[in-house]
Amino acid sequence: MRMVVENGHVVDPATGFTGVRPVYIEHGLISDGFEEQPDRIIDATGLAVFPGLIDAHCHLREPGHEYREDIVSGTKSAAKGGFTTVACMPNTVPVCDHAALVRFIKEKSAKEGYARVLPIGALSKEQKGLELAEIGLMAAEGIVAVSDDGRPVERADIMRKGMLYANHFGLTVISHCEDLSLAEGGHMNEGLWSTTLGLRGIPTVSESMMVARECLLSEYLELPVHIAHVSTRASVDLIRAAKARGVQVSAETCPHYFTLTDQACQGFDTNAKMNPPLRAQEDVDAIIKGLQDGTIDMIATDHAPHHSDEKDLEFGLANNGIVGFETALALGYTFLVRTGFLTLPQWLATMTTNPAKLLQPDLGTLTPGRPADLVLVDLENPFIFDRDAMLSKARNTPFHGWELYGQVQLTICDGRVTYE
Amino acid sequence: MQLIHKDLLGIQQLTVDEINLILDTAETMKMVLQANSKRTAHLQGKSIVTLFYENSTRTRLSFEMASKFMSAASANIATSSSSVNKGESLVDTARTIDMMATDILIMRHGESGAPHLIAPRVKASVINAGDGMNEHPTQALLDFFTMRQKKGGIKGLRVAIIGDVLHSRVARSNLWGLIKLGAEVRLAAPPTMMPVGLAEMGAVVCPSVRDAVQGADVIMALRIQLERMRTAMFPSISEYARFFALDDDAIRSAKPDAIIMHPGPCNHGVEMPTHIYDSSQSVINEQVTNGVAVRMAIMYLLQARRNVG
Repeated sequence: MRMVVENGHVVDPATGFTGVRPVYIEHGLISDGFEEQPDRIIDATGLAVFPGLIDAHCHLREPGHEYREDIVSGTKSAAKGGFTTVACMPNTVPVCDHAALVRFIKEKSAKEGYARVLPIGALSKEQKGLELAEIGLMAAEGIVAVSDDGRPVERADIMRKGMLYANHFGLTVISHCEDLSLAEGGHMNEGLWSTTLGLRGIPTVSESMMVARECLLSEYLELPVHIAHVSTRASVDLIRAAKARGVQVSAETCPHYFTLTDQACQGFDTNAKMNPPLRAQEDVDAIIKGLQDGTIDMIATDHAPHHSDEKDLEFGLANNGIVGFETALALGYTFLVRTGFLTLPQWLATMTTNPAKLLQPDLGTLTPGRPADLVLVDLENPFIFDRDAMLSKARNTPFHGWELYGQVQLTICDGRVTYE
Repeated sequence: MQLIHKDLLGIQQLTVDEINLILDTAETMKMVLQANSKRTAHLQGKSIVTLFYENSTRTRLSFEMASKFMSAASANIATSSSSVNKGESLVDTARTIDMMATDILIMRHGESGAPHLIAPRVKASVINAGDGMNEHPTQALLDFFTMRQKKGGIKGLRVAIIGDVLHSRVARSNLWGLIKLGAEVRLAAPPTMMPVGLAEMGAVVCPSVRDAVQGADVIMALRIQLERMRTAMFPSISEYARFFALDDDAIRSAKPDAIIMHPGPCNHGVEMPTHIYDSSQSVINEQVTNGVAVRMAIMYLLQARRNVG
């Protein structure tokens, strides 16, 4: 199978290339070109051509919660959002803390999926934070990182062991930073809006205190750590300071942390309920600054599908989380690039080359010889985001009806069209 | 003039004109209560259901008496279970009640925002009888009514609210309304029971009870809500009583004709000693009577709006 994408405006942050050129695809890889007649010519006139997006943080819900999402629907949704690689968190039922489940996810996604799925293994058995999971055996089956995401690793000694042990197998620990003694019982950010709505607050310090611990552990052990879903100003400051003294810390944020504040919970809208919670404007500003100066390396979705029965509830009883695959690209382009906060290649790196460095360094570029992962995007014409047009099984998004720029037209993963 | 919304979810949703309309109507209703025959036909042929997921004596009885005085058919559902895992979802329960030709659904729930979830999904008018830590609008309205009767108006009053502000929906509803109506609100609480952001909302956060009460026209003590505390917010009841209760010293720093209020039920000797509860300045018992009048007014006005709309 040979394809050529013609006339598109190519942006490849890994090489620094920006301009109109054809992209050749041969046998699933990016190619320098070929003599033969292509099987398909895709005209990308007026469109941008990016390397396929890479999501370092999502929840595909299979096995255990297939009524929310499964590997097929999740990767279809990812493909529609321009993603060609997604790293899924291990908080399934059962927890992905053993090799057999890693193999299941890899095999099922390879056979039936619409994106490359990179499993993340649990750090501790059943994510209980007490004993290390079989990280080595999972590594042998292809996990790309370890994490107890969904829960913090409460005990510092377990986090220390996890970082040491994971590093032996070439893996980085991804930390969900939350001090439960401060956060538990809370339903939204502690601030003016939690007081206004009479909802129990989650203070920003419950996140940043744990970020401080992870930075200090990483510094002490001289080992890398990756901070998941950064949402507070203090966390950004801590990571910036740690990086400045050479600590091997990397960090991600999510689109909702630079587009929404806790005001979105007004009216008890459970589609604005997530963990960490939406924060105040000063936090949003700090997140954007962190993206600008590289303190925050990447944008992940934290795609967290839930059934409407789990959201159509009293705010305090509703599940945390929102879906993110089908809005991430457009939210980033609309609110970071069009606003002038980031240049186009700078923003694109946060969703391609930078997550690739964490997960699988050969991905995220249009360099010949690499997997043919790319996405064609219309950056010129606005569209109204419609949650009912999503390919995810879930509908839990606060962005329904938003006017956005950056609609995906076509996605290719491993040389195969996965969304059109 | 009539109420703007189908439901009464909170003081936040009411305009000053609507608050005054409710208070004016309650004046008439109070006369009904004081009459020899406590009966009107305002809600003749209407059906009222109280759905209480939390314990209540006075609020529920107050609504029930109000419905009976106005000739409505009323029914009560009391359930301790608010967990979706233990039974029907709240939305399903509310729809079921709605389908039995209910005109007014009065609801109390432990989760903030529960009536806001229900209101757009039912035809009945929903009255919030207390949702979590959010609002208790009928309590605040009866408090405004009491202040107005005793002080002639609310604008310019200095109102001290003392106690467990963090967990108190009564405090929040009062705060919203009093600020709208032009009163000065001064708050005092143990620092662990004072939520963030109150100064931004226009209240004065005071360092001590005495400071809050200084020059006050109205002193409102709040009940300590042990049932909402996940962990202890203060070391002991006796320590609370020593530092955060209303006492004679504090009351002397208020205006001599200051009135003392409490939403009830009062923990005697904790929020205030019994002799203050029973003092001539205390209007706590009158608040209860006014509660019936105000609830009659609210149900009457919501029904009037239903008849038009």
